Amino acid sequence: MATADMNESGAKPWLLLSPALTAITLLLAIPICFIVVYSFWLKTASGVPQTGFHLDNWAEVLTDVFYRDILFTTLKIAFLTTVVCILLGYVPAYFIAMTTFRHKAFLLLLLMLPFWISYIIRTMSWINILGGSGAINAVLLWLGIVDEPIRMLYNEPTVIIGLVHYLLPFMVLNIYVSLDGIDRSLVDAARSLGCTGWQAFREVTLPLSLPGLAAGSLLCFVLSAGTYITPLVLGGPTDAMFANLVFEAIITQLNWPLGSALSLVLLVLLGLLVTVYNRFIGMSQIAKTFG
Amino acid sequence: MSWFLIRTYTILVYVFMFAPVAVVMLLSFNANQFGSFPMEGFSFRWFVELWHNDAVMRAFRTSLILGSLTAVISTTLGVLASLAMVRYNFPSKNFMATVLIAPILVPEVVLAVALLLFLQFLGIHKSFLLLLLGHVIFTLPFVVLVVQARLYAVRREYEEAALSLGANALQTFFAVTLPLIAPAVFAGMLFAFTISFDDITGTLFWKPGGVETVPTQIFAMLRNSISPEINALGTVMILITVVLPVSGIALVRKLSRNPGR
Repeated sequence: MATADMNESGAKPWLLLSPALTAITLLLAIPICFIVVYSFWLKTASGVPQTGFHLDNWAEVLTDVFYRDILFTTLKIAFLTTVVCILLGYVPAYFIAMTTFRHKAFLLLLLMLPFWISYIIRTMSWINILGGSGAINAVLLWLGIVDEPIRMLYNEPTVIIGLVHYLLPFMVLNIYVSLDGIDRSLVDAARSLGCTGWQAFREVTLPLSLPGLAAGSLLCFVLSAGTYITPLVLGGPTDAMFANLVFEAIITQLNWPLGSALSLVLLVLLGLLVTVYNRFIGMSQIAKTFG
Repeated sequence: MSWFLIRTYTILVYVFMFAPVAVVMLLSFNANQFGSFPMEGFSFRWFVELWHNDAVMRAFRTSLILGSLTAVISTTLGVLASLAMVRYNFPSKNFMATVLIAPILVPEVVLAVALLLFLQFLGIHKSFLLLLLGHVIFTLPFVVLVVQARLYAVRREYEEAALSLGANALQTFFAVTLPLIAPAVFAGMLFAFTISFDDITGTLFWKPGGVETVPTQIFAMLRNSISPEINALGTVMILITVVLPVSGIALVRKLSRNPGR
């Protein structure tokens, strides 16, 4: 019987799980509990933090407008990135799902390729496009439209462009998985009952693709809100995001207690989002993408 | 008409995805001394300079060793956990599924800070070991997701046959199960290697001073100026991270087409 020991639990599965669970406990769960404690300690000149229960870091993080402003900027950038990803990503996902083109698998493979291309390379590649001596300026100069290079780099829009370029494949793939699972006869039924193509899309296809859209949006938002490399490479000096504050506090200022408090703010905010998503849609939608 | 628009839109989005990467590869062959437009002839000089750049070669070695060790450890943990998830029913299985992917539900920056501070507190300072532990925990969920998805396709009858013919559990695992799940193991290792090879977010927190991986080396070089050497390095990275997995996937496809399943 194939399912015989599916029902028999015993110690075996726990034995198999124990190495991974030990790793996750020691390298993730306990460290996160540890930085909760650490965020109540204080930085001292000697480098050894002063233990105890001090609210100073939290008071600073939660009341200083500097942190609040950067937090809002971060959420705004993450939101705009997600919206642009939806606008750019839905149509290609629809095309790949619905096309009768012979090389559909090839289109999908092309879509997966950017996953494999280094994030830092893809981010810095925009300098070659938008930079003072980049492709766009080279063309404009050559055509004689401008006399000197236009300054396009190192501002908030370029940070968003970089993030969209990095995250778009996640969005397209999630929407594609959802669209591909739709029973085509539902659309045919809608059409035969008198819907126009657009109505059938709006009433049938679009609602059925929402779980994929939601999964893609969650990934885009969470991943962009937690980034600090893109603003460092493509942003100007004032385009710091929240994770840049964490990096500054931990690596540059060596203020570990403050860095702990800052990272916990990020964890709680994004964690809330993931929890809400998990409550209403569930993680299995994201897991499908790997199938 | 509207289908024509959809197709054009799709093509434009693909151009948006690939043009910057294509430009990196194009510029890496530029003979021009600044490595920017206009193209002034075709040359391999930047690749030659790369080869003679000790810092870059060291970074490559570090990345390769780190990626390989990560792949082996992470896949071992991941395959065992996936076997438990796919083959057994046990209480709190749903909860365990979430726990196993927890490292990617936590923002990577937070994971990086927590691991760094906790291990530093235990006396393990920034080191290769810290980097390795960080990469293992960060790649584990990806391995679990990929391997689990593939394990569902492996049928159990062969193992049961072996067991009923008198093989013990270990013999069955090595003689029957392992060859059957080899493509899944291979896919997991490839995935873990590529993610580790590509990681910069956690790596910048965990790496000791003076040690660079390829991405952090590129990041450090970017801070000076964008030289054609960077584009050449990018081209090499693209070839490694694209050609390797794509040929890997092709191999897995070929392996899994054998009559074993």
